[in-house]
Amino acid sequence: MSASTDSTTGRRPTGLPSASDEQLRAHRAGFFDTPSPAAGTGYQDPQPRMGFFTDTSVCIGCKACEVACKEWNMVPATGEMDLTGTSYDNSSMLGGSTWRHVAFVEQPVPQRAPVGLGMPGVGASSAPTSRSSSGGGCGSGGGGCGSGGGSPSGAGSLPSAADLGDLDVLSSLEQTATDEGGLPAASAGAGEQGPSGSPEGVRWLMSSDVCKHCTNAACLDVCPTGSLFRTEFGTVVVQDDICNGCGYCIPACPYGVIGKRESTGRAHKCTLCYDRLGEGMTPACAQACPTESIQFGPVDELRERAADRLAALQAKGEPKAQLYGHDPDDGVGGDGAMFLLLDDPEVYGLPPDPVVTTRDLPDMWKKAALAAGTMFGVLVLSFAGGRR
Amino acid sequence: MSPQEPSTTATQRAGEPTGTAEAVARSGVPTSGTPSEQGTLAGGPADRGRPGASQRRRRGPEELMVPEADFRSYYGRQVIHEPTWKVPDVPGYLYLGGLAGASSVLAAMADATDRPALRRTARLAASAGSIGSVVALIHDLGMPSRFLNMLRVFKVTSPLSVGSWILSPFSTAAGVAAAAEIGGPLLAAGHLKPLAPLLPLVGPVARVAGVASAALGPPLATYTAVLIADTAVPTWHESYPELPFVFAGSGMAAAGGLGMIAVPTDQAGPARRAALVGAAVELGVSHRMEHRTGLVGEPYRTGRQGRWLRAAKVLTVVGAAGSLLAGRSRAVGVVAGVALNVGSALTRFGIFEAGMVSARDPKYTVVPQRERLDARRRAAEAAAARADAPAA
Repeated sequence: MSASTDSTTGRRPTGLPSASDEQLRAHRAGFFDTPSPAAGTGYQDPQPRMGFFTDTSVCIGCKACEVACKEWNMVPATGEMDLTGTSYDNSSMLGGSTWRHVAFVEQPVPQRAPVGLGMPGVGASSAPTSRSSSGGGCGSGGGGCGSGGGSPSGAGSLPSAADLGDLDVLSSLEQTATDEGGLPAASAGAGEQGPSGSPEGVRWLMSSDVCKHCTNAACLDVCPTGSLFRTEFGTVVVQDDICNGCGYCIPACPYGVIGKRESTGRAHKCTLCYDRLGEGMTPACAQACPTESIQFGPVDELRERAADRLAALQAKGEPKAQLYGHDPDDGVGGDGAMFLLLDDPEVYGLPPDPVVTTRDLPDMWKKAALAAGTMFGVLVLSFAGGRR
Repeated sequence: MSPQEPSTTATQRAGEPTGTAEAVARSGVPTSGTPSEQGTLAGGPADRGRPGASQRRRRGPEELMVPEADFRSYYGRQVIHEPTWKVPDVPGYLYLGGLAGASSVLAAMADATDRPALRRTARLAASAGSIGSVVALIHDLGMPSRFLNMLRVFKVTSPLSVGSWILSPFSTAAGVAAAAEIGGPLLAAGHLKPLAPLLPLVGPVARVAGVASAALGPPLATYTAVLIADTAVPTWHESYPELPFVFAGSGMAAAGGLGMIAVPTDQAGPARRAALVGAAVELGVSHRMEHRTGLVGEPYRTGRQGRWLRAAKVLTVVGAAGSLLAGRSRAVGVVAGVALNVGSALTRFGIFEAGMVSARDPKYTVVPQRERLDARRRAAEAAAARADAPAA
């Protein structure tokens, strides 16, 4: 959205001769003092580090991001009709041809009385607090009706405007007022303070996953060809024509992001729309997101925005709301793409405490050298002791 | 933490790493509040252990066939991607690299101690093993140019890059030594007349090449352990302290075993000793690795890869025992050598497959990380409480 407009001077690295050394040094020193990992990579004029903040509390699962990403980046389909049969999720996980993935999580929550939405067929008064209503008052699962977001009866008459704020409906009941300028406040999970009712309530968590563009990126570290490189925006991009399809980056990624595409035999992943960034444009997914669940901008700014949003949600009683990937002290040195989640990361298919695998690499090399020395010694000594 | 809980689930789900359908059946709702979430791992945020949340969802007919999940995941799906490396290419490469690396040292030492039969076998093994490694790698990559593509950079952060720079000169040097081994006698016998003037050079060139390959051989045999450990694959990564030693032992057992097969007993003494020590190292360190790694070491014991690894141990024990008797009987040596080589290969295939299993099952990714995270949070809260105490 901003801050990248003056970036047309961004240079593409051509040789990357010292990238790995810089990486190692940065591992030890920590990137945390530098505004951008691009600086640590050796760019003389690094741009502000750009990234995503995905606020899942306002995600409606529309998949516009997935479609926009495929369109802009010409990412082919993964198959005919991938239906998982378990949820509305048909893209399963990130991979070589899935650079945005919207997770749909259906969670049971304590039932509270359904809310009058002013819609025909859903009677707010028809389900008392303790009763388990089969529909949970939630016909339109995808849309954010979602949860068993009833409240003690009576509070339920919402203004219709609030209804339009989809997810907001769920939670605003409890707090009555939404003052977030149309953005939903606490979402369905607010039910935890609600009256403990039948276990039949349900809520939907939706989250658009993407490459994290790690500060310490394992994929980049282990790439044997230099195909993966750090851009001037601090993002991590694969150069298709250099990649030799060795696939090492794929198990190296602690998030399961990068994958091999069968049609090319090479590794592909989100570029954070490197081509658009160079023109000062917003990445396609963020551009397409109708609820501003996907926000794009300088990482520093996004961190602040994320912290504010978290505080707002917590104040409204969303106890499991948490940030993910925002901490520069985590196992990957912080992510360029951070998330606000309403439950633990593993619920969304994210690793709870990812660590860049190359953190242990110096020790691995030491062990391997020791083993090689042992082997050499044993083999030489086996020649001692006579002809037999 | 509750390491025993995972193993409960493990037994229920043993050998079913991918079981997406099963996992879905288990969790149906992936996020239903689990006991660990509610109880055993509590101590974190205040919302833990709250009554009522979603726990009761688990009571019901579902419970009979489905154990309580002790971790949460996204519909039981894997968190990380498993490697796309092909089988048998890559595990075969792990075996051949070990065989070739250890053989190169045997060849150089046999050359220095005047054991021509052992030298000949070991040189040919080093060369064939390394050429086989290159072929396996190229087949995995799809085309030769993709192998060359790795030689345009050198990155110490990429074990594959380092490995390419070990394998390429090794296979060159081992190839020269093997060519001398084959070509020398031909020249001496008067064949290949146009090349006859080279005859005096054969010995020295082969010796230099042999020494070069012997210097690179042990790194070739052990770097592959770093290659697979330097990934997010839980079982491999957690095994990184022991893996190079397992691979070193396995490589020595294979090379020694080959010497016992192909070399007359009077020259095969070093091969027998190398095989015996290698087998002992492989067995001992494997045992330690498989047990130290706890939950993420579980794939070493379960499923078909568990059976492979058990078979590998039996064969390695048989081969090691045979190596003690092989000095008296060539036949025993052949049997023992075959057992050691099959055992070495099975070790590599089993370890490779264990990693694949651990990558496909979210349990091995989520549980250790969740425990680590919760422990850290508890420690932070305790520290905060201590800091608050004086103020209060």
